[in-house]
Amino acid sequence: MTKVLLSAKNLSHHYGSQVGCIDVNFDIYRGEVLGVVGESGSGKTTLLKNISGLLQPSSGSVKFNTRVDGLKDIYLLSEPERRLLMRTDWGIVFQNARDGLRMNVSAGANVGERLMAIGARNYGDIRNEATDWLQNVEIGLERIDHYPETFSGGMLQRLQIARNLVTKPRLVFMDEPTSGLDVSVQARLLDLIRGLVSQLGIACVIVSHDLGVMRLLSNRLIVMHQGRVVEQGLTDQVLDDPQHPYTQLLVSSILPV
Amino acid sequence: MTAISGDRKRSSRLKEKTLDGYNFAYLDDQTKRMIRRATLKAVAIPGYQVPFGSREMPLPFGWGTGGIQVTASIIGIDDTLKVIDQGADDTTNAVNIRRFFAKTAGVETTENTSDASIIQTRHRIPEVKLKSDQIIVYQVPIPEPLRWIEPREQETRKMHALTEYGVMHVGLYENIAHFGKVTTSYDYPVQVNDHYVMSPSPIPKFDNPKMDKMPALQLFGAGREKRIYAVPPYTKVKSLDFDDHPFEIESWSECCALCGSSSSFLDEVITDDKGSRMFVCSDSNFCADRRAKGHKGPGLPRKFEIKDIE
Repeated sequence: MTKVLLSAKNLSHHYGSQVGCIDVNFDIYRGEVLGVVGESGSGKTTLLKNISGLLQPSSGSVKFNTRVDGLKDIYLLSEPERRLLMRTDWGIVFQNARDGLRMNVSAGANVGERLMAIGARNYGDIRNEATDWLQNVEIGLERIDHYPETFSGGMLQRLQIARNLVTKPRLVFMDEPTSGLDVSVQARLLDLIRGLVSQLGIACVIVSHDLGVMRLLSNRLIVMHQGRVVEQGLTDQVLDDPQHPYTQLLVSSILPV
Repeated sequence: MTAISGDRKRSSRLKEKTLDGYNFAYLDDQTKRMIRRATLKAVAIPGYQVPFGSREMPLPFGWGTGGIQVTASIIGIDDTLKVIDQGADDTTNAVNIRRFFAKTAGVETTENTSDASIIQTRHRIPEVKLKSDQIIVYQVPIPEPLRWIEPREQETRKMHALTEYGVMHVGLYENIAHFGKVTTSYDYPVQVNDHYVMSPSPIPKFDNPKMDKMPALQLFGAGREKRIYAVPPYTKVKSLDFDDHPFEIESWSECCALCGSSSSFLDEVITDDKGSRMFVCSDSNFCADRRAKGHKGPGLPRKFEIKDIE
């Protein structure tokens, strides 16, 4: 079995005459964290949607290493198969936690929903699993029956992560998971994500414009500019010795504390 | 020959009994055909919600316009109609719908469950077992069981098509998490024929087991939401539950005060402002039948007397 988990080949997406992303190629290996950086409008989110099955690219292919059949183009799978994949092997963490959570049901039900969606029908088991996961993401157990409305921004984001990881996915997509949070909460969340990812061996694609986040979390880095990948390599290598003029600009724009 | 003379007899009976200037059973024939087509499709796909062009009826949405349209499309001059509302034959909704069909279709009406060929109902299934030559028509306010958790129609249709019903259990989970048991007591979701999850209309969950393998045809009409769905005779209908919290129906510690039944659905009736109460069968016909056969309940609560205040 190949170690490639997801492979994008010649991926392009256009919104009419507007460019989303052009000719993107990369592979994601098991248990690795891939960072995608670039300025606003550089095509990061389009790329993430393309590879996570939310938006079919204009051209190119996205292949995922399925448990049974090996590498398969996700857009050639039937819709039930793709949706099953999204519910089980994948997780998607949205920038705005409210997009990824059900705000009108309790925290426990939010975590348990994915289990019920894949056929769990024992209340006690679902409850225990939800309890474990709330502990993993450092949410107090007294909050299990509270509604997400009553949670702070950092807690919402942690709840969203728990909800995604409960089915033990092999690949998690994160779109700016830490933006909009204050720095101390950010630091805790980053610590948590790093711990969970290494502990569970989950592969992760993280989109962010925050190079500090990338330095901390990702193994490899893709730098995007105007829809194209201008540079990719090991995170430390890209950040310490940027080759492309845009990457150099990006690295030099970090504000020193 | 007999058929022709029978038809003549019917048409003369029609002229004599129905309202002048209206088509038989109010709806025009094109509309009836459209509703019959939708109904046939619904019967062919148990539990699937078939959209139909719901018409404006001479009563407001929410009063049973869906049920009336279905009944109007399937009723014939030889049918006998029973209409119940909350189990009773003598409530406003039931009386008016029964009178509506007596006027516009000239059909026989009855309060006796076993005499009826069509039973239109709101909120109950009769206690007497229905037979294979009967049809029960439910009035449905909200046909989509997934609606409360998924507001997008496009998405709910996809979920139905792919049997993605995990979220239905989220509602039951919430009940147990907050109250320790499933507290949903009416409109309790069911899965029909191992595929479509269906809203059984706001009947109490007490009636859910009656839907399973019922010999009678069950039709559901939602007028405002413009949906028709059906459960064909002898079809499996399963109420959703958890393995460790199996489906349960309501039970009462009392029996019916009038007929003494302890197996029927009971309504609690407050009899004065001193807190006296009694339980009576919600199915008025069932209760009257039992009383006629000589069954007797514990009777009305003690009369309130002046000395109670002192």
